Amino acid sequence: MKFFENEIVSEFFEDKLAVAGVFIFIFFMFCALFPAVLSPQNPYDLEQLFLENSFKAPFGEFLLGSDEQGRDILSAIMYGLRISLYVGIASTILSVLIGLIAGLISGYFGGIVDTIIMRIADIQLSFPAILVALIIMALWGQGVTKIVIAITIVNWVYYARTARGVVLSEKEKDYAQSAKALGMNSVSIMFKEILPNIMAPIIVIATVRIANAIILEATLSFLGLGVPITEPSLGSLISNGYQVLFSGYWWGSVFPGIVLMLLVISINLIGDRLRDVMNPRLKR
Amino acid sequence: MSEMLRVENLKTYFDTRKGLVKAVDGISFSINKGEILGIVGESGAGKSITGFSLINLIDSPGEIVDGSILFNDRELTQLSEDELSKIRGGDISMIFQDPQMSLNPVITIGKQLIETVTYHNSETSKQDAHKKAVEMLELVGMPAPEKRMASYPHQLSGGMKQRVVIAMALINSPKLLIADEPTTALDVTIQAQILFLMKKLTKEFGSSLVLITHDIAVVAQMCDKIAVMYAGRIVEYGSNKDILYNPKHPYTKGLIQCLPKLNEEKKRLYQIPGVMPSLLHLPEGCYFSDRCPFADEECKVYPETITLEGRLVSCHKVKQIS
Repeated sequence: MKFFENEIVSEFFEDKLAVAGVFIFIFFMFCALFPAVLSPQNPYDLEQLFLENSFKAPFGEFLLGSDEQGRDILSAIMYGLRISLYVGIASTILSVLIGLIAGLISGYFGGIVDTIIMRIADIQLSFPAILVALIIMALWGQGVTKIVIAITIVNWVYYARTARGVVLSEKEKDYAQSAKALGMNSVSIMFKEILPNIMAPIIVIATVRIANAIILEATLSFLGLGVPITEPSLGSLISNGYQVLFSGYWWGSVFPGIVLMLLVISINLIGDRLRDVMNPRLKR
Repeated sequence: MSEMLRVENLKTYFDTRKGLVKAVDGISFSINKGEILGIVGESGAGKSITGFSLINLIDSPGEIVDGSILFNDRELTQLSEDELSKIRGGDISMIFQDPQMSLNPVITIGKQLIETVTYHNSETSKQDAHKKAVEMLELVGMPAPEKRMASYPHQLSGGMKQRVVIAMALINSPKLLIADEPTTALDVTIQAQILFLMKKLTKEFGSSLVLITHDIAVVAQMCDKIAVMYAGRIVEYGSNKDILYNPKHPYTKGLIQCLPKLNEEKKRLYQIPGVMPSLLHLPEGCYFSDRCPFADEECKVYPETITLEGRLVSCHKVKQIS
């Protein structure tokens, strides 16, 4: 297969931990994409919920137990994964796009544009990410799209800074100069010549920061400022279970927590391995 | 032969923090159609800056402050950046010193070649551009050109890369090619191949060539005309034969004397004493005076450029020396 002939791809799969990460991630992706196929019940269809099933212990009738409304935790986790992954991936794609363009312009043109963009980034980085997101969500109110935008606003800075740094060194290289000598204009040089050369570090950071975005979303939802109660994510499930955690009904918080942890670990494993194979300096 | 490029009193200065660096200080030369001009000189003589100035690719703090560059009756120093970028890579293209660096490492050479074509001729279809790229690779002696189109630069050797760079420079049939030390990064056998190829192709395309080099032997083989540069100025300028067989300026003499000769046995090669002065601290009068064996009081004033036996030369002592 052509895909596996690629040097980076085949090297990636040499690491067992990374392969495990990929499998866990693909499994979660599958659950998130087709929750209706896999889950025992639709946790948001009230006709399928029966109050006599409330607070059933796990490993019985309900594999991972049920909550106070008789909702199957396993099904809720599958639907919750969908929201968590959607928020994580969508916000990462958006912030990569914005960060890349800002970083390219900043690094390539320099001067006053660079100063303005980078000072905005500096100001934003001087606040904790969670605080910035909290303020935005408090102003806007709940909503999946809103949280995606809030996380994008928090995260674009990292890509912009990285992109700018690499552009600064890349634009001095001869190929950029010779593209100029071949008559290319600034926009073409930026996007056709330099952009492909700065993708490696961006891809690595983006992977790791997907996990970060998912955690940020979970935190916001746990604090009640994230997704609305009608579209619960892993974070709001944990929050929901937390209310009854000390009444002995531990499964409502613990299982979504474990899934969140596994998801973040799998993404980080992939990210770490990507960093190793994409950085030629770490190669033996 | 018609005149293609005429450079008149070109001055490119760099306003650095340490002071004004006159990297190119009032040089003049001209090139006819199909002609090859060699610019020789030591490192730091302003050769490369001359090359970059021709297509106005001078980065800040550098600037062309004076002079004219007349290319096919168009004044290049007056053109806007847009008009210039149409000329760059179209009518005038440039080959850089290091082929390892001047190709984009993450794009296949085929794509880079095709891009160069379509960028300047937007009506050319991808297929036509592809065909042209393959033809061009074949012309520069790339084996299996169709297959090589999918190669990345790191998969090619240095010589092959330079061939790609030459193909890229010539693909839009430029009228003028500027080659900035095109063979410095290559070993000697490849050097000869590449130079021969460049000479052949420029003749085939009817292009003129400005060859920038520190290697007077290369110039001897290739060029019709030679300009010898020292500290930002041309000290001697004339035809290949005149300059090489009958040099008048003591610096040119020194350069030629440095070459090993096959028919003479020598323990040590000649060397011009001293180093080229820093452009920030130029000596009073003739810039070469502190290294020149003939220098005296007269040389405290920069010499006028005079015409002597068919070439231009700037030296007070030419009459005495010859």
